[in-house]
Amino acid sequence: MQYMHIIMTLAWRNLWRNHRRTIIMLAAISIGAWAMIFMTSLMRGMVNEMLRDGIRALPGHVQVHNAQYRDDPSVSNLVSMTSEEIEGALGRAGVYRFTARVRVPGIISSERESRGVTLLGVDPLQEASVSAVGSNVVEGRNLEGPDDGGVVLGRKLAEKLETEVGKRVVLMSQDPDNEVADRGYRVVGLFEANLAAHEEAFVFAGRETVQKMLRIDDRVSEVAVAGDDYRVVDALLAKVRAAMNDEDEVLPWTELDAYLGTMLGVMDGFVLVWVVVIFLALSFGLVNTLVMAVFERVREIGLMLALGMRPSSILGQIIVESVLLLALGLVIGNALAFASVIPLQDGIDISIVAEGMEMFGASSILYPEIESGDVILANVVVLVLGFLASLSPAWRASRYEPVEAITKV
Amino acid sequence: MTAVRCIDLCKTYRQGDQDIKALDHVDIEITQGGFVCLSAPSGGGKTTLLNAIGGLDIPDSGEVWVAGQRIDNLSKGDLAALRLKEIGFVFQAYNLIPVLTARENVEFVMQVQGVAPADRLQKSKAILEEVGLQGLEDRRPAEMSGGQQQRVAVARAIVSRPALVLADEPTANLDSKTSDGLMELFVELNENHNTTFIIATHDQRVMAYAKRLIKMLDGRIVDDIAQRAA
Repeated sequence: MQYMHIIMTLAWRNLWRNHRRTIIMLAAISIGAWAMIFMTSLMRGMVNEMLRDGIRALPGHVQVHNAQYRDDPSVSNLVSMTSEEIEGALGRAGVYRFTARVRVPGIISSERESRGVTLLGVDPLQEASVSAVGSNVVEGRNLEGPDDGGVVLGRKLAEKLETEVGKRVVLMSQDPDNEVADRGYRVVGLFEANLAAHEEAFVFAGRETVQKMLRIDDRVSEVAVAGDDYRVVDALLAKVRAAMNDEDEVLPWTELDAYLGTMLGVMDGFVLVWVVVIFLALSFGLVNTLVMAVFERVREIGLMLALGMRPSSILGQIIVESVLLLALGLVIGNALAFASVIPLQDGIDISIVAEGMEMFGASSILYPEIESGDVILANVVVLVLGFLASLSPAWRASRYEPVEAITKV
Repeated sequence: MTAVRCIDLCKTYRQGDQDIKALDHVDIEITQGGFVCLSAPSGGGKTTLLNAIGGLDIPDSGEVWVAGQRIDNLSKGDLAALRLKEIGFVFQAYNLIPVLTARENVEFVMQVQGVAPADRLQKSKAILEEVGLQGLEDRRPAEMSGGQQQRVAVARAIVSRPALVLADEPTANLDSKTSDGLMELFVELNENHNTTFIIATHDQRVMAYAKRLIKMLDGRIVDDIAQRAA
């Protein structure tokens, strides 16, 4: 304990022996740590937003389909249970955030234009618990129930169709017998979405109205279920699988949208690479500082060895010095990162590049997100690699011959 | 009882193309409680002999015994432990740790030995008073004169009452009054605590305090004189 006390005292005071060098090194470590955490929070914010948008833009965390639906997403491949049976089965399993919807490709026509769209027959209350798309109605009203006879379009789609709230449109698709199924709807509302593509692609109508149009009774194309955390879906997946018929396919979002699933893994790997790359740049400065610090103190290291301090204690002293420097730099860097991110919590408008970003499914507002895992990773990487980087100068210092070190000029 | 024994000690340094014999078949035996001065011109081998006795330098051949233990074949760790426990050092220069205060420098060895803080404080206070540095306990080496620094080094060497004190030119930076005071302190410790002193010096006044004066030349002992009663 006393040994540790003297080692800590020597390490701390030696750190401040050359103020300027220590402050420069501290600044480098702090800026490095800030860059690691701040830049990661921007990237994490962007990717998480893409993931959340992707997930909320219909998949949910877990989905149920007819086993053939993914190969042929037509009205012929419907979930084996009716909406009512699904609600009962999931309710008994303790799953409450889900939406059973009809989802078919269709054509929408206004008096001026026609476009291919994805028609979604939804229960608006259920839908709001899982998906955000369509919920941001900026003009008119949202659907009021599964039997609502109106449609809600994306604002961009309405612009393309040259239609507006109050006007009528015709939706056309196929029924299970491959006969044309169509119906006229009044546009009751326009929604805005984070992604322009969603505004152009999705058309929301009451589920029962769409079921009648398609002549599919109370059947649906998919059930989307939401959990608490998109990263942890295994338990939810097991519950839904147990509740649904075996003939239906129950899959997590990572499999339904392999691009999004892969992105999550890639992001985790990227954070690690980013942190290590910044550290490598830092490590040159750190090792140089320690080498200089040891070189300046050769005589007193020799003196301490001559007085009976063990070489391992000299080694420990240099390592503690390095760890103190790193820890101090990390504290400042972490504080800077948090101080930089907190004022940006309301988002950064990147609309100037958003057109390009939309290709990747990113929205025009970037919300930085500091994740505890990323902060821990950055701090641990800096401390562990910093410790390893300091081993060489520390080892060299501990190997000095006392008599040679004392007489070193 | 023998405190230090060197048997047929040889040490050669290479300097350019030349081999310099720093120790040339040195035999020496010093009893516990001895007060020995090693006198030699520069390069005569006194510091090399002191370093060999202190386990700081390993001889090319021969044996070194300290406190009944052969030390020339010990590991670095064992030598460090021996120095910590048995030997107090006073070097000619660069004696103090710059980032520690006078009191902390004095306590350094005791701290490494694991002496309790209260005990350390009491001992360091007493010894600093004894070497005339009361009031300067919290000064760092850079804030003290050369003589004051040397007295701190002496205080550190003797504070834990080692059986053997090795001093290389301990009075080199001191004025005559301080030098006399320091030597009287050495004599007192020698007589009251039976501490063995081996002092390498050029200073005739220091030599006058020695019970035994060993003169060296070119790494050999050329004279061994008993000066006062041991």
